[in-house]
Amino acid sequence: MSVNWSKYSAPMAFYPLAGRLIPWFACVAVALMGVGLYMGFFVAPTDFQQGEAYRIIFVHVPAAWMSMFLYVVMAVWAGIGLGLNARLSFMMAQAIAPTGAMFTFLALLTGAMWGKPTWGAWWVWDARLTSELILLFQYAGVMLLRTSIDDMRRADRSSAVFALVGVVNVPIIYFSVQWWNTLHQGASVSMSTGSKMAATMLTAMLLMTLAFWLYSVAVILSRVRCIIVERESLPVWEEEPPVIQKVAEVR
Amino acid sequence: MQWGSVSEFFAMGGYGLYVWTSFVVTALCMVWEVLALWRRRAAARVEHRAMLLGGSNETAA
Repeated sequence: MSVNWSKYSAPMAFYPLAGRLIPWFACVAVALMGVGLYMGFFVAPTDFQQGEAYRIIFVHVPAAWMSMFLYVVMAVWAGIGLGLNARLSFMMAQAIAPTGAMFTFLALLTGAMWGKPTWGAWWVWDARLTSELILLFQYAGVMLLRTSIDDMRRADRSSAVFALVGVVNVPIIYFSVQWWNTLHQGASVSMSTGSKMAATMLTAMLLMTLAFWLYSVAVILSRVRCIIVERESLPVWEEEPPVIQKVAEVR
Repeated sequence: MQWGSVSEFFAMGGYGLYVWTSFVVTALCMVWEVLALWRRRAAARVEHRAMLLGGSNETAA
């Protein structure tokens, strides 16, 4: 069985596909979040150094990972949009930015909540924290650039270039704890050395990360549907395109 | 399970304020985002209906 995936590059074909996928991503996200929170609060043990404050990592680490991951995905869509001049790619980039910005804000906020009791400071101008703050400004820049340009095609291209250039900051954030002597601790989970955490802590953290990832997919697909309607002046479809029926109803 | 009572759970070993602020603000942000998207979609629907009612042919032009 072969599926012609390329047809979904057209916003009108993608719109109903996204609509069918959203409930699945949303349901699994909610379920995983439930299991992750249960594990995080009731199964994972108290940390011997940080006490109960460490439980903030169950939102902090997933939010921080998503903030970086979503930026890369946004930049990839922006790049595809610039290369292929594909409307849907620009729409995807546009749909990702607010969610990415939200997770960046949450990573900074929950980090401050962790920093105050553990370091004694809400904020320090540490390489990790500063580069993450710059990421928040980058998301804001991508969104502001779009709203400040009236011509949709120019707005698409300018914000895409801005997003692409800014992608250099992501490895800086990721490796900042190795490159500089930061107050922020190093990676607790690494590809080469494995995990330095208790198995239940790690499981809870990974479940929350997966939940945040699925949540992001659901929310971004939902936003891209709104964007398709707004930009292409399409009717809001339900299961079948009910345009004619609606016209009849209205009369 | 390390919690002796409900109040012990909410106290989070003295870190309650920091832990619960983190979780509550994260939850609020997510709920707000979902509600905002719902409203955005409803607005698009209203706009479309108005377009049909008004018989405007902006899009057809």
